[in-house]
Order: sequence, then structure tokens, then C-alpha cells
Amino acid sequence: MTSTPAFFVSFDSLKILFTNLIELFGLGESLGWSAGLLAGISISFLIINVMVMSTAFYTWFERRMIGRFQVRRGPNRNGPFGILQPFADVLKLIMKEDTIPDAADKPVFTLAPIALLAPTLMIMIVIPFGTYASDQAFLSNLNIGILFIVGVTSVNSIAIFMAGWGSRNKYAILGSMRGAAMLISYEIPMALGITSVLLLSGSLAMTEIVRSQSVWFILVMPMGFFVFMAASTAEMSRTPFDQIEAESELGSGYNTEYSGIKFAVLFLAEFMAPIVTAAVVTTLFLGGSQGFDFLPGGIWFAIKMFVLIFLLLWVRSTWPRLRIDQIMGFAWKTLFGLGLFNIFLVAVEFMVAVKLGHTSDGSLTTGYMLTMAGVNWIVTIIAFIILANFVGKKKYHRPEPTPSPLANMGAGGD
Amino acid sequence: MYGLGLFKGLGITMKNLVSPSRQFNIVQYPNRRASPFDLAKVEDQNPILFIVGHPIKTFRSLLGLETLEDRMPQHANFRGEEFAWYDQRCTGCASCAKYCPLGIIEIVTGTSGVNQQEGQSYDIEVFDIDIGRCMFCGLCVEACPYDALHMGSGFEEGKYRRSDLIINMDQLKAAEKKPSTWFRPQLTNRGHDPIKGSTADWDEVGRHEKPTLEDQGERWAKR
Repeated sequence: MTSTPAFFVSFDSLKILFTNLIELFGLGESLGWSAGLLAGISISFLIINVMVMSTAFYTWFERRMIGRFQVRRGPNRNGPFGILQPFADVLKLIMKEDTIPDAADKPVFTLAPIALLAPTLMIMIVIPFGTYASDQAFLSNLNIGILFIVGVTSVNSIAIFMAGWGSRNKYAILGSMRGAAMLISYEIPMALGITSVLLLSGSLAMTEIVRSQSVWFILVMPMGFFVFMAASTAEMSRTPFDQIEAESELGSGYNTEYSGIKFAVLFLAEFMAPIVTAAVVTTLFLGGSQGFDFLPGGIWFAIKMFVLIFLLLWVRSTWPRLRIDQIMGFAWKTLFGLGLFNIFLVAVEFMVAVKLGHTSDGSLTTGYMLTMAGVNWIVTIIAFIILANFVGKKKYHRPEPTPSPLANMGAGGD
Repeated sequence: MYGLGLFKGLGITMKNLVSPSRQFNIVQYPNRRASPFDLAKVEDQNPILFIVGHPIKTFRSLLGLETLEDRMPQHANFRGEEFAWYDQRCTGCASCAKYCPLGIIEIVTGTSGVNQQEGQSYDIEVFDIDIGRCMFCGLCVEACPYDALHMGSGFEEGKYRRSDLIINMDQLKAAEKKPSTWFRPQLTNRGHDPIKGSTADWDEVGRHEKPTLEDQGERWAKR
């Protein structure tokens, strides 16, 4: 597991490379400190470019697949199967005029796309891709990795509110008000879903979370997986939770006034979110880079990410948008309760394991985790059935519609 | 049991994704994928000779990269955008303008022209149709007593400005006359089909035969 493929570029190997280079030029004493900086900049450059390119191809993939799901054709004009469509889009957006409304709050308006994009990219720092040395992250093995992710993603709501507020447009401000309410509400179920993972892993570090998954946590706690997936779908404001954009109601939501390269950056951040979310969920629930030996860990990570992205796509292409009160109700009445119940369940099972002695140096044994999986799946299915009946029976009360006096004006009477 | 509809919907979309019979029930406009046989038909060659002679084109078309401009079959009764208007037949009675439910036909007649003296028709100064607001009901065509106005056969009048969508009299006069056979059985009987490109002149579109000079005398002059 610890064998390092020769082709892989890591922070440490780059640092050694730059140190050697600096010593080669005889500058070791004056510029020795800059080796780490140069290595960090190189890795960041690599990550940003890889993320931007993968997002570009992801937009093509998403539009194409949603087209297939909805019995239409996606983009198919530029290049074979339309694969050059993202480049055409970006070229178009760059050539367009970058307008700023007169009444806009210009610094806020300008900073909002960057404030939306930067946190999304920063998450990638702590994801352990497992491309070398089993499960190390690219840039930094933070020992508070998951806390870092929660903290950084909460900047999203500010960025969206900045975009709406700065553009001085009623649709934009409506969309971002909704967005702020929704994103803040959904951070609580998301944190609850993460907490149940932390209960079992016993560490905030992403690498430790991966290492503790001798049984994948999606099997151990499906309810936590559901809560986290639903909450993170809302966090990145995709259908069925896309109240922020809500094309049929708000024009285009918070990005109504944006054009040109600023809109391209907003678009990029928006479409990068599923990739990043898939990476986080893979780490937390799908065992990260774990897999069978015939493929390296990085490939397994990519396969799991792809499956999750496909799942998100499938849901997006199928389900309609919820109303704003339904969305808030879903967060506070359903996901909040499920998250708390999940934590309670996992905690009780953990305490039982400690009492019965099913632990080995602080973590649960594989056999006990499999037992937990069996119990938790049954409990989850029962809980979902009860909840669906409970929520479904509360139908929205609607008064009987009264016919308009203008309807059939010429038909009745004489 | 509530909530099952969500999964039913997911099943339907997945079926859309994987089932080929659901996938290709749409015809792409204006191009469609061309098979090697289609390409051979375009080049007017034997398919086998074409495949042997153009291996690269054949390979590309099997990959789905070769496209062919194609149209869906369209009926001759199609109510299209460019109206066919014959100024020789029009008397300026403005029946079409009166019958138009949207009021988008504007007709202004004057008394300055030569036609006025003969008592046959008004002199038409303005004849505008705002097809940006037209709903192509064809009531104006039904209303025309002299068969002067006909629906067109096209549907590709995309313009950059709304003002460009107003067709004025000069454009109507200069346009190629491809009248639709909508509400014109006399055109259908003659085998007129604008989709295949047949045009009709002003003296061919009437619902009656053109009266001879004697007939005219019988009817009007000697009465």
C-alpha cells in the first residue's frame, strides 16, 4: 500500500526537487526557505488547472446525460459528440461585454464570483485522493480536515448573498435571500451527517476517516449517508433544491446581472460543486481510495466519485423543484430529525460495542460493524417508511378554486 | 405508502437513458446523422461502390460524424410564414384586416391611383403584416373574397429585430410566390405543392376560371 508510483507528483517530492535545484545553483543559504513555497504553488497550479478542466468536461457530461435522461439531445455540435462545447461556451462568455449595473455595489459585485469559487477549490486541499502512499492528500494532511471543509463551505452562503446584494436587482436579491436562508438551514443536517461519521472514526483527519472504514460507512449508517447527500445537494443548490436560481420564478436568481467572465466564474463554481461534493462523500462514506489491489487507489477514488456524480445527475434530471416552504420544512422537520436519530443510533451502538468489548485500540471491529450495518439498514428503511407516510399525509390545504368572472364571457346567458 | 413516486420517476428516467427505443424518437433539425447508404444516395452512386471508394467517409458516418441536411415531411396545407399576396388580385377591400383576430394587418387605401377611376379597386398604399404577432390561424386567407392572400410555406423567418418581422407591401410583391394550399382547394386540385417548390402566378390561383372577354361582356357590360 505504501509503494509510490514513479510518475506521481507530491508536495514532498516536489519540495525535495526544488531544494535540490536551489542547492544546484548554490543558493541554498539565501533561498532555501522558498522550496516549500515553490512546491506549494506548483501543486496549487496543478490542482486548479485539473479542477477547471474536469469541470469543463463535467458540464459537457452533465448536459449530455441530462439530455439523454429527458429524451432529448444534449450539446452535439462542437467536436465529436459535442465534447468541445464547454470551450465554445467559455469563449463566448469571455468575448461578451462584462457589464456592471450602475446602481451595483461594485466591490461586492466583483468579489462575489471569487468568493464563491475559492472555497470550492480550497476543499480539494484536504481530500485524500490516494494517488500515492495509500491515502495522503495532495497538499496537506490537516488533522482537522473535515472541520476545515465545514468551515470553508459555509462561506458559500456569504458569496451568494454578496452576488445578490451587489447586483441591486430584485430577482437577484430574492434568490440570494432564499439562498441564504436555505444554505444556513441545510448546514445543520450536513454537520449532523458528518458528526455520525466522526463518532465512528474518532478523528477529524480525512486520512484517519478513510483508514477507519474497514466497512464502508454507507453500509454502516445509510441514514447518515442519505442525510448528508440531501443536505449537500441543497448546499450546492441543485435540483430539487435549486431555489437560488429557480429559472421559472426568478429569472436566473442571484446571477441575473452577471455577464462575461464573471458569469463564467460563477458558472464554474456552480459546476465544480458536484465534483467536490462527490470527493467529500467518497472520503466520508465510500471508503476513499480503498478497493481491490488490481487497480491503484486513485482509480478507485475516481470510480466512486463518478458513481456519485452519476447519482446526483440522475436525481437532478428526474425530480422537480420543491417550493421554498417545502424546502425549509424538509430541512427542519425531516433531515434534522433523521440526523439526530442517526447520531443517537450510532452512539448507542458504539456504547454497546465498548461494553461488550468489540473494540480494538479505540475503533470497532469489522464483525461488529457488519452487524451494525444489518441493524441500521432495517432501522433506516422502517424510519423512511414511517416518515414518508407521516409527511405525505399532511397535504397542503387548498381552497376550492372559484371560476373567474372573465371566463367564457361571451358564452353564457343570452 | 407515500414516496414511491419518486423512485418510479427515477426508474422512468433510467429507462430513457438505457432504452434505445426511447432514445431516438426525435428527429434532429436541420441535420441528421447519415448512414453510408444516405451518403451514396446523395452522391448518386451504388452503395457498395461508394463504401469501397470512400472508406474514410464511411467510417465517419458509422461513427455518427457525417450529417445530412434533411427536413421532416411537410404537408402542402402547412400555414407558413411568408404570405403570398397578389397585388393584381387584391382590391383593397380589407376583409383580411377585419377578420384578423389580432388586428395585425394594416391596409391604407388612397384615391389617387388609376384604379380608382376604373371603379375596380382601391389604390393600395400600405399593406403591412406583422408576423411577429401572427398566430397563423389562416382566417385572413379564408376571408379574402378574391383569393389574393395565401398562406406561405416556410417557417424560418428568424430576424434580429421585431421591426424586421413586419412584412410591407414591397416585400410581399417581391417575394417568391409559393402559396400554401390552405383553404385553397383549387390549388390542391391542380396538384400544387409549395414544399416541392412549385410556384403559382396571380392568374393561376383563383377559385374560378378566368372569364373570357365575351363572358365579361355577358356579365357586366351588357347588363
